[in-house]
Amino acid sequence: MCRLIAITSEEPLSPMAAINALDVMREGHDGSGVGIFLRDLGGPFDSIKDAPILSGVFSEEGLRRLDAYMMNIGFMTKYKLTIKVPKIPPPGVPKRDIYLVRAYEYPEEWEEKSQDELFAKLVEIRLTLRAMGEEKHDMIVFSFWPDVIMIKEIGDPMKVAHHLKLDRDDLRARVIMAQGRQNTNYAITLYACHPFFVHGYSTMTNGENTAFVPIKEYLLSRGFPGYTGYESDSEVFTHILHYTLHNLGLGIEAYKHIITPLQDDAIVGHPDGQLLKQLKQSCRKLTIDGPNCIIGCLPDHSLFMAQDRKKLRPGVVGGRPGMYAFSSEICGLDAAIPSRDKSKDFQPMHIDTAIVGPNRQEVKICSQAESLPLPH
Amino acid sequence: MFPSRVVTPSTLSVKDLPWQILWSKEKCTLCGRCTAVCPVNAIELGVFRKRIVQTTLNLTESPENVFTVYHGIRQKTDPAYACVGCAMCNLTCPNDAITPARSDEADKLRFHINRGGQPRRRGGRRNAPGTILDRIKFIRISMLTDPALDAGRHEFELRTLLGRVLPPEKNLELLRENGWIPPVREIYPLIIGSMSFGALSPTMWEGLQMGVAFLNEELGMPVRMATGEGGCPPRMLRSRFLKYVILQIASGYFGWDEIIHAIPEMKEDPCAIEIKYGQGAKPGDGGLLMWYKVNKLIAAIRGVPTGVNLPSPPTHQTQYSIEESVAKMIQSMYMAWGFRVPVYPKISGTSTALAVLNNLTRNPYAAGLAIDGEDGGTGAAYNISMDHMGHPIASNIRDAYNTLVTLGMQNEVPLFAGGGVGKSGNLAANAAALIMLGASGIQIGKYVMQAAAGCLGSEADRCNICNIGLCPKGITSQDPRLYRRLDAEDVAQRVVDLYLSFDTELKKIVAPLGRSTSLPIGMSDALGIDDHHAAERLKIKYVV
Repeated sequence: MCRLIAITSEEPLSPMAAINALDVMREGHDGSGVGIFLRDLGGPFDSIKDAPILSGVFSEEGLRRLDAYMMNIGFMTKYKLTIKVPKIPPPGVPKRDIYLVRAYEYPEEWEEKSQDELFAKLVEIRLTLRAMGEEKHDMIVFSFWPDVIMIKEIGDPMKVAHHLKLDRDDLRARVIMAQGRQNTNYAITLYACHPFFVHGYSTMTNGENTAFVPIKEYLLSRGFPGYTGYESDSEVFTHILHYTLHNLGLGIEAYKHIITPLQDDAIVGHPDGQLLKQLKQSCRKLTIDGPNCIIGCLPDHSLFMAQDRKKLRPGVVGGRPGMYAFSSEICGLDAAIPSRDKSKDFQPMHIDTAIVGPNRQEVKICSQAESLPLPH
Repeated sequence: MFPSRVVTPSTLSVKDLPWQILWSKEKCTLCGRCTAVCPVNAIELGVFRKRIVQTTLNLTESPENVFTVYHGIRQKTDPAYACVGCAMCNLTCPNDAITPARSDEADKLRFHINRGGQPRRRGGRRNAPGTILDRIKFIRISMLTDPALDAGRHEFELRTLLGRVLPPEKNLELLRENGWIPPVREIYPLIIGSMSFGALSPTMWEGLQMGVAFLNEELGMPVRMATGEGGCPPRMLRSRFLKYVILQIASGYFGWDEIIHAIPEMKEDPCAIEIKYGQGAKPGDGGLLMWYKVNKLIAAIRGVPTGVNLPSPPTHQTQYSIEESVAKMIQSMYMAWGFRVPVYPKISGTSTALAVLNNLTRNPYAAGLAIDGEDGGTGAAYNISMDHMGHPIASNIRDAYNTLVTLGMQNEVPLFAGGGVGKSGNLAANAAALIMLGASGIQIGKYVMQAAAGCLGSEADRCNICNIGLCPKGITSQDPRLYRRLDAEDVAQRVVDLYLSFDTELKKIVAPLGRSTSLPIGMSDALGIDDHHAAERLKIKYVV
């Protein structure tokens, strides 16, 4: 199984806070890999919130090709975080040349572009770089987005964290999501490692989406270039989230209605029955199946947790105003936020979505049985 | 050979027939039930002359002939009376003295069953055992990485949608603007396919309707049944049970006068309207109700005289092009019920199915597409159409689904597959395979006849006389002496049995695949087959 931890804090934290929590939950994962998502960054990135940050793993040759490409389209490096690794990686961790975290300045001629256009361009560039990397096996690109850093590697999370020296002052974030364990359902590739990211949305999952293939086919046919990859069955959760909020203009409260719709008798008596019936029918191809605990992050820095229809995976949320964490296990939550009112810990059940908004003041529980806020 | 007997090219012996009657003189009580029940009069009371040569030990006396007579069963060899193997003689015999046996070689009857220049017509099936669906296995078993579900105790949602589903964006936009959203029915994915009132006996029809009503109202299973061409009894049209019925309109428009006139008095809308452009058993040929079955009631509902053949044209008379006429017909049917009832076409399996589908995707009213494969059954058709025309359903439905995937419309135009589903008895496995290949639902006909009414047909050309109204079980007869053999209550009970057991079996398939939240339409990653070419063609895994 995978183990997940997500922390949102008013004060920027080191990713080690999440790594430590994963380490506490190590009995629940096989230590085969780690993925970290950082947002609402502190440190040097705090002052350059709008600058898109490229995260990935590069060979020397790949970096040269990256520089040539970015230079060619007019991107200038604004800030870079250099991760120097020892020549010999710990056992189980592959040898890499460069872990790249680099903030860019948009090309001057893009000044007139709207934010939507800029974001579309960022997705396009990330996909181009990914394709270039897949061609020559010299680049792996995780994200290219303002105020977002992603780091992924194969190997034991704690060993990888020490190897990459993640406990550094200039790497701090107010939102951290981390997952321990490489995907084992399909090929071992860093692209299959959670969390996944698209167009400002990110999710990670502990579970197995048995409806993966029809959902993948449906997303691929939506005509959005970012709906691609699918090295892991869990990647579709990120894309469904994006589709629900971005394309359909619904709130996070509706996400659960898309992935695990209510049964008909519950819809009949629901205050939003008509909407839910239509959503259930028109989004039928996005209904997930199998055991899944999903933790995700929205562009407004909200964090949420949702469970599958049968609540077959563990998951708990708790904390105190200013700092909350979502964790696969209570011991992970204890490690992340030891000083909290444990009586207020909450384990979302089969129709719940637990949300901690950008102000980090409370855990909001949305039940599918409740009425939805009006569409945005 | 009797010198008086004329030998013509069509003079056959019992050995030349497909079925030979085995009769035991020892066991027979000469009760006459077998000859009375035989639907085709293949057997008759025979008076057999027997000669016994009696010799004595006394050399001076000559041997004598003693002539005796015994009575028994004689099988006719005239092609018109050839045994059809239904075995009703065996069913009614108190002593098991008689049974038909399949000939050990190909019969000669087939060369002579066209006397008068009339090729063989029959009901039934294609007479080709087995289907590729039987060979498809479900190979993605939830093991450790995700727990297998409990088919008996977990919650399952195994319903499907019939109707034009809009893309989510458009759907929400229309909901906001209070626009017209096409009607969509949430139904059970196993549908009783089109069998007309006329083809079926009143007791069979009533039994099916009762079974469907029970499933809906007592067991909460939204099972639907299509009428076939030929309308619907007037009381049914005006009853609340109409909502469980899919009304079919076909090229003969039989019964539609009655339906149109009933619209103002309908308490409920029908589930849907199926426009039949073709059927799997006789692709490119119209419906056929032979004169034997056109009695007073049927004639009244269909608006025709009694005792005449009712061949429907191969195509709708108003149909010139799919772009224009079919679209108009779909719209007209929508209009008849105030745009509240989904309307979809049904076609025979064909290599041109994708052209039809592509067109329907551009028609915002098309509520689905039903494709009936070559193994579909019928009440009456030319033998040649049944045996040799048509397209297998598996690749047809797969291609159609993949076309929708390419267009991004896989959730918008539901596909319904029929034709030989469960022909070997593997109903749930065949249905699940088709669903995972891309079908939203399954239509069954012959299976219901066999399971719910005890149809005697088999894939070895047994019985198959549905066309002439002599169904020995009373399933496809309009003769009260025959259909009284079938108790509608019993049929209803069997329909319920069939659906409940199917439901359990379907869960036993999807639960180990880790699916329960929705019907696994297009879950092709769960399918495997031990034939490389079939795997490539269907785009599923090749497993050995």
